[in-house]
Amino acid sequence: MSEWWTYSLSDFLLFSPRTYYRLFELYNDDIWPAQVAALALGAAILALIVRGPRGRGRAVAVMLAACWLFVAWAYLLRHYDTINWAARYFAAGFAIEALLLLVAAARGNLSFRGVVRDAARSTGFALFAFALVLQPLIGPLLARPFAQIELFGAAPDPTVVGTLGVLLAARRVHWTLLVVPLLWCAVGGATLWAMQAPDAAVMPAAAVAATALSALKSRAFRNRGARVATPHE
Amino acid sequence: MRSERQVTRRHLLGALAATGAAALWPAGGAAQPRAVSTRAIPASGEAVPAVGLGTWITFNVGNDPVARDACADVMRAFFAAGGRLIDSSPMYGSSQAVVGYGLRKLGALARVFAADKVWIGSGSRGPAQIEASRAAWGVPRFDLVQVHNLLAWEAHLPTLFAMKAQGSLRYVGITTSEGRRHEEFERIMRSQPLDFVQLTYNILDREAERRLLPLARERGMAVIVNRPFREGALIRKLERHPLPGWAAEIGCRTWAQVALKFILAHPAVTCAIPATTRADHAAENVAAAAEPLPDAALRARTIADVEKL
Repeated sequence: MSEWWTYSLSDFLLFSPRTYYRLFELYNDDIWPAQVAALALGAAILALIVRGPRGRGRAVAVMLAACWLFVAWAYLLRHYDTINWAARYFAAGFAIEALLLLVAAARGNLSFRGVVRDAARSTGFALFAFALVLQPLIGPLLARPFAQIELFGAAPDPTVVGTLGVLLAARRVHWTLLVVPLLWCAVGGATLWAMQAPDAAVMPAAAVAATALSALKSRAFRNRGARVATPHE
Repeated sequence: MRSERQVTRRHLLGALAATGAAALWPAGGAAQPRAVSTRAIPASGEAVPAVGLGTWITFNVGNDPVARDACADVMRAFFAAGGRLIDSSPMYGSSQAVVGYGLRKLGALARVFAADKVWIGSGSRGPAQIEASRAAWGVPRFDLVQVHNLLAWEAHLPTLFAMKAQGSLRYVGITTSEGRRHEEFERIMRSQPLDFVQLTYNILDREAERRLLPLARERGMAVIVNRPFREGALIRKLERHPLPGWAAEIGCRTWAQVALKFILAHPAVTCAIPATTRADHAAENVAAAAEPLPDAALRARTIADVEKL
């Protein structure tokens, strides 16, 4: 792209805010009652990361992967792609994240046992609860119609924030699994910023918190000399 | 060398009846246009209404049936006011398909002057993209295809000239926006037999006045002006201030009309393509092309007054 410095964020916005939010209304109508299943999955994930049986890491990773795949196919490819030609590339990114989560599940890499009760863990729980309960309510609180609600497991933003929460709450830092969610925080935040949405800071704030706490956790992990194989649950 | 004429209601109705588009006109006489101002395309002498319809953002509504019908309503008002030229691009998401939906709904395929773009980095994939765009519009052929933002223009222009020679395209052009790549744009204008150029020009963005607009007149190229309202930002800013007294001298009731008349008064300009989501604004925009237009002194005053706001 020549003369790239002359472009602003709004030059890349292909649609109006009205169209963007209306798309969620049509999407919610289209996928109903999948939202119920998505919320049930979210509640199960929250219960499992707080306390759960052996093997819960695998179950959480598989459930998260299902959410990412569903968002990639149902929202990004079948709906967002109708107003944003870049959505197919975003869908590919979401599919890659789902694949990485499935690999983590197969290898038993995602573990919640023996987690140090630190700021990362607490923030992870809080971030997931926020994505499941509070983030969907931001739209209605900003006077957007309830029918345009964005739910964990169905819409990209709360799914990504919830995933950041899960990864923060895990025993060790998974940088590989963090890449796609952090990239989406940049994309989603930039989209809302270009639309001058009041909640544009949510995604970047979640990304900054997840990155900073993951870095701290990673350093603490190294300092403890805890480079041992993660126990399979 | 501007060729301009006023088309009377009788002429327009006759032309519409010939194209079978008379059904677009509401039965009520109040909605029927008194006159529409046209400009001649230098390459052919063909007259086109001086205000067209842009589709960037406003027509990218996906598969939303309610929003698609609202866009069709905008098109209905635009055609009823005498408008013809609609401009879109494969870059604009679903806009081409939404235009096609509106054209089919209104039965306006014969009425529209279809202006689209080719926007792909690969020259060999250009024809397939143009064909996909044509299918989305549902027109038998495009009137005008422009190389969008000069992307791979070396590869696309030979394709477009060949299509024109074969009769599958009527006019060829290039586009830029917001003052980008004007030097390269000028070089292409000097070296290629273009029918149209599309660029940004408005009360505050006047870079094109310096070289491109005079060159277009010299080379006999029609000029389409994009972003006449800076995507609405200019009008939103101006509407915070009362309309100056001199606006009435040129028959303006709104800042949007002032902004459009300023552009259309430039002798090199063929057509401005404001985008809108409102049917009443679409009709108001087309009406803004009617005489009187500001003279040089009033244009200078417009610039001075707007820059002070």
